[in-house]
Amino acid sequence: MIHEKIHTENMFLHYGSKLALNDISIQIPEKKVTAFIGPSGCGKSTFLRSLNRMNDLIDGVKIEGKILIDEINIYDKNIDVVTLRKKVGMVFQKSNPFAKSIYENVAYGPRINGVNDRKQLDEIVETALKNAAIWEEVKDRMNDSAMGLSGGQQQRLCIARTLAVNPEIVLMDEPASALDPLSTSKIEELIVQLKEKYTIVIVTHNMQQAARISDLTAFFYLGELIEFDKTKKIFTNPEKKQTEDYITGRFG
Amino acid sequence: MAKKTKKAKRSELTDSGLIDITKRKFRWSDYLAEKIIRGTAFLSITIIILIFFFVFRESMPIFNTAKPEVKTETEKTSGNTQETYGEVTDPATAPGVKGADSTVSDQPELQEQYGDIKDNVIVSDSVKNAAYTVSAGSGHDDNQSALKSLLTKDWVPVSQNPRYGILSLIIGTFKITIISILFAAPLAIMAALYTASFAGKRLKEIIKPTIELLAGFPSVVIGFFALMVLATFLQNIFHYDTRLNSFVGGIAMGIAAIPIIFTITEDALTAVPRTFNEASLALGASKWQTAFFVILPAATPGIFAAVLLGIGRVFGETMIALMATGNAALMDLNPFTSVRTLAATIGAEMAEVVFGDTHYNVLFLIGSLLFIFTFILNAIAEFYVKGKLMKRIQGK
Amino acid sequence: MIKSFKKDIKGILIEGVTLSAALLIIAIVVVMITVIVIGGKEQISWDFLTKFPEDGMTKGGIFPAIYGTALLVIIMSVAAVPFGTITAIYLTEYAKENSIIAKTIRFAVRTLAVIPSIIYGLFGLGFFIKFVGTQMDSTFLGGQLKWGQPNILWASLTMALLTLPVVIVSVEEALKTVPKDLRAASLALGATKWQTIWKVVIPGSISGIMTGTILAVSRGAGEVAPILFTGVAYYVATLPASLSDQFMVLGYHIYVMTTQSANVDKTMPIQFGTTLVLLALTFILNISAIILRYRIRQKKTD
Repeated sequence: MIHEKIHTENMFLHYGSKLALNDISIQIPEKKVTAFIGPSGCGKSTFLRSLNRMNDLIDGVKIEGKILIDEINIYDKNIDVVTLRKKVGMVFQKSNPFAKSIYENVAYGPRINGVNDRKQLDEIVETALKNAAIWEEVKDRMNDSAMGLSGGQQQRLCIARTLAVNPEIVLMDEPASALDPLSTSKIEELIVQLKEKYTIVIVTHNMQQAARISDLTAFFYLGELIEFDKTKKIFTNPEKKQTEDYITGRFG
Repeated sequence: MAKKTKKAKRSELTDSGLIDITKRKFRWSDYLAEKIIRGTAFLSITIIILIFFFVFRESMPIFNTAKPEVKTETEKTSGNTQETYGEVTDPATAPGVKGADSTVSDQPELQEQYGDIKDNVIVSDSVKNAAYTVSAGSGHDDNQSALKSLLTKDWVPVSQNPRYGILSLIIGTFKITIISILFAAPLAIMAALYTASFAGKRLKEIIKPTIELLAGFPSVVIGFFALMVLATFLQNIFHYDTRLNSFVGGIAMGIAAIPIIFTITEDALTAVPRTFNEASLALGASKWQTAFFVILPAATPGIFAAVLLGIGRVFGETMIALMATGNAALMDLNPFTSVRTLAATIGAEMAEVVFGDTHYNVLFLIGSLLFIFTFILNAIAEFYVKGKLMKRIQGK
Repeated sequence: MIKSFKKDIKGILIEGVTLSAALLIIAIVVVMITVIVIGGKEQISWDFLTKFPEDGMTKGGIFPAIYGTALLVIIMSVAAVPFGTITAIYLTEYAKENSIIAKTIRFAVRTLAVIPSIIYGLFGLGFFIKFVGTQMDSTFLGGQLKWGQPNILWASLTMALLTLPVVIVSVEEALKTVPKDLRAASLALGATKWQTIWKVVIPGSISGIMTGTILAVSRGAGEVAPILFTGVAYYVATLPASLSDQFMVLGYHIYVMTTQSANVDKTMPIQFGTTLVLLALTFILNISAIILRYRIRQKKTD
């Protein structure tokens, strides 16, 4: 039986007076790639950001219901949000490296966790860069500014930076939307490799991408979870009409 | 540090090797940082309250009409000062002021000496006043009489019968404010209009930094320029008698107020939405018509705020007033006579008074007036004008 | 046809008049600079900058005034920059944009910026000298007069209050240019709010903090009114050695030399020289601040 890593029950999210997510119940398995698809504004990104409580930063967001990770409600009072975000890492749509060197970008996470030993840091940084499949490209210029990298490299660096914290879950918010096809395929390859160690949840507006890399796919529409199943099933034989319409390109 | 956190890291894991998020950690550095930052943020508010409190506190005794010890102290002081009144002690030969008690008395009598050197009118005026005081001198000066004399025109704080009539100071301050705003406001507003509506990119890049540089001019430098160059220059054009007068001072203060008026006006003009501009141009209006009939009216509240803050700047300006206005407390409406402003009076006399005597309290009272006035100006600029501006631009 | 020609005349007239207003302002600035440079440049020499005044201040240099000005702005910055930066951090990172507290603080900051400088002088006298200083004397020195009188510490702190809004406004502007994405990235890595501010936000706005400091220093170096009765002295034979000493300052030196000296004509070169030094100092500071600020704004639009 597959272990459920993330599990939500009747989750609602209000943004001000607007209902942004309506009664979401979903079970996301461990060490699989789960893709969220749907037209823009359907709530898939908002939902993703609820999983590591990044929505806390936005004024006026209210959440009801349960979001369980390893069977613990992450919106409980006694939850340590900082630790939660170490457990649930996140890669953003737009690559956002710090204006520091490549090395320091990756070492940032370990450093704030108190790792200051240079040898240990070197090791963590190397492993993370290798896992993010960017080591070969940057190993000779670790002290150069990360801002000098190409868009695709920056995004993989951001993935490496997230991996260096050693999370259990990696959330990805349209990580390849701003990249050229070559960089996109590199990132996609990388994601498939990463599921050996991490539970991956990815939001994408690109259906082919979801079909290529994910094990499971959830279709969101107007703040509701319409359908959630094995990717193959969703793309070949969806249960709901809306899903079919979206997948066949009739709207969105 | 590292050791401690490593330990903490290990305890983050649950038995099954997963990261445990249920142990809420207390982070000292975050807690402290937040407390300090929140506390410090209130500093600005605290300072304003403290300024209110302490400036008023020092002016309060004047309203306390029964306080005998103040009376004797004042008499003593006025007696002392009376002695050195007419004579000019060469300050350059005064012994080095070092630390101790000599500060107050070693500071030279600013306005009298100044008058002696620069301007005959003041001296004769002061002497007249002094003579008048002595002849009329009838002994008793206490807070009550000080309070009574507040709304008269005679500012004769240092004499046997000190009178603290601030009316001439107020009139003088308004006179100079009007002159400087009449000079600065049209100039700055027109220049801002040019910069916002007509100027090409290159000219803009000259005008704006120049204004920023002018804003950085220390007022003592502008005062120096007014005293040394502008006064003579203007006298040669207008042929008035007194070299240093409210006109010279007003122009000099106007120069100091130009950057404020310009900057805020320019901001207000550029804040007018592009769509206004484009709509007008699309209707066939020319550039100047758009500037004059669309942008300028839409930005009037902002320009009004700019002028208010310009007034505030001039009203409280001290160094230029001390250096370029002649500093005689005359009360008339002739722009070419000397004046003494409220701020300059504080600047010139505070260093010589005895802490706690009536003169000292009156100077603080003048300070309170200045403070209230600029506070109100700023509050109007802030709330009334901003609300109006928003309404106009956003149509709310 | 005729109508549009008329319109054009009006247009040209308006553009011309407003242009001449702008040019007049530039001309005033240029004339002021030129006059002071021409009047003062003969006076500038190594001796003038490094020697004490001599012969009742009719000869010699202005070193103590330069030294006093430097000391004043250093002590002032030490007080104003941290507090100003922290306030700016509160406004951008902690306060909710439209909360009453944030609005009140912003209003307070803008009010501080428009209070006449002489009022700060009065406050310095009433609060630092008469209240804090006198208390310190009676508590620690048994009533012996040391802190309850004007000195460089009180003058610098008074000046710090005056320059606080300058720092706050510049730093706030710079903090706002740090992208929200970077804050999110740091938090998503499990950094706490303070770690994010300390390691990402502040390093990203160093140039803004520098701009604020430079502008504050420039302002503090030129202001005279706040220190008239909180610590500046007409002439001091020795350099200030402790915080309870009085000191000389360039701006005040100009003021006393022009209005109080026994022989104004004789000391004219010294007056121009001192003014030139002060102007050059504020100029260099302002120009570097302007350049830094344009760079920050550039970064924002990139």
